[in-house]
Amino acid sequence: MAIEVSIPTPLRGLTGNQDTVSAGGADIGALIDDLEKNYPGIKARLVDEAGNLRRFVNIYVNGEDVRFLQDKATKLSADDEVSIVPAIAGG
Amino acid sequence: MSEPFFSQLKCRECGALYPKKAIHVCEYDFGPLEADYDYGKIRAAISRGKIQSRPLTMWRYRELLPIDGEPTVGLKVGFTPLVKADRLAEALGVSELYVKNDAVNYPTLSFKDRVVAVALSRARELGFKIVACASTGNLANSVAANAAAAGLESYVLIPYDLERSKVLNSLVYGTRVIGIEGAYDQVNRLCSEIAGKHGWGFVNVNLRPYYAEGSKTMGFEIIEQLGWEIPAHTVIPMASGSLLTKINKAYREAVKVGLVSESKFGIYGAQAAGCNPIAAAQKAGTDLIRPVPKPDTIAKSLAIGTPADGYYAVNVMRNTGGAAEDATDSEIIDAIKLLAETEGIFTETAGGVTLACAQKLIVSGKIPRDERIVICITGNGLKTAEALDGHLPPPARIKPSLREFDALIAK
Repeated sequence: MAIEVSIPTPLRGLTGNQDTVSAGGADIGALIDDLEKNYPGIKARLVDEAGNLRRFVNIYVNGEDVRFLQDKATKLSADDEVSIVPAIAGG
Repeated sequence: MSEPFFSQLKCRECGALYPKKAIHVCEYDFGPLEADYDYGKIRAAISRGKIQSRPLTMWRYRELLPIDGEPTVGLKVGFTPLVKADRLAEALGVSELYVKNDAVNYPTLSFKDRVVAVALSRARELGFKIVACASTGNLANSVAANAAAAGLESYVLIPYDLERSKVLNSLVYGTRVIGIEGAYDQVNRLCSEIAGKHGWGFVNVNLRPYYAEGSKTMGFEIIEQLGWEIPAHTVIPMASGSLLTKINKAYREAVKVGLVSESKFGIYGAQAAGCNPIAAAQKAGTDLIRPVPKPDTIAKSLAIGTPADGYYAVNVMRNTGGAAEDATDSEIIDAIKLLAETEGIFTETAGGVTLACAQKLIVSGKIPRDERIVICITGNGLKTAEALDGHLPPPARIKPSLREFDALIAK
């Protein structure tokens, strides 16, 4: 199952400058592991040592923040759109 | 000679250190960068007497602000009145109450002059010729005025539907005002894209680590004006949550550098019910901030649906034994009128939020009635005058006749 994942500018150094890559996985946790296989180093940027999603990294599935779905256990299907977006500071 | 007190920037998440440039996010984990000081050196260099010998401006706490040389922008900002509010205290049924009145801050009548003074002084040190901001109004006013006085070119980006006076108060300084068809969070997102592309000094984007520190001066002043004591309870409005976290930081730093002795204090946050992501998280006992996609409140200056410092603000309230509240539009109006009628202070809608929430926190017992309370009023009522449309009786109108006058007051 290939899912389109959009990659933010600061992480494109790890994806050979691709802004979208495809990855597989039944849920967000598995998807991150699969990204790590093809783009080593990316996992540590997305999750902390305990495996939790980093506070200032947002992952959206079809526009919904996974923190308000099932976090890393959020299920995925082939036509889902996944975006990785660093939090925006301001205000 | 370069300033030895402010050493570097530091990631609030992983602690990674960065040079003092126009950067604001950790390259590794995207955490916010914050100014990092050598507190040992500051402790040795600073004293109450030294501070008291300096001019009555925010710059009297110079050692704890993140610039290298002498300040060059906003030299007269700060040291606003701390008013002992006895009539308001009586109305609220509390024993000791103060209003920190940044509604009369210089030059643009809001606390934002503090952050802009630091951001633009630093922008000059970093060589920027063009400065800019994303704003809900007050920040735009302050950037426009202070940039004009400093001879810097400026752009301010705001939601297009702000209060008339807030827009006018930017336009008059000759800045370029750009109204964005969207809410503040969309303005902010656009600004972070512009900052990446154009290399301008965005005070609350790439200069945010410097800018945000300016808010600490409100906390330092409160301490000094109370005779070098930290108030037991401080109520602070929250938009991004930054001001609240910085007043907390000011209280802690004042202890750390030996200006005050340690004492227990509670930090309380106030939001509008129509945009309460931080208050809602605090009340629910979580630090997971659920964004408010479409803020709907008359307190437009607080209408940030995705608050950058929400997580830190919730934790400050939790760690200090504080709490959060939110206020409806009608509670905000009532509080604006109460502050005006008891203390002669006309605040904007954000100040109404702060007082209304303070009232609720007192009624619910979260703030005790017999301890010292400070309420932070951050902006001026003349800037949001239309919020009161229909809420005040029209003035009486008579002919210039004594008979008509006597008839009128006999009613």
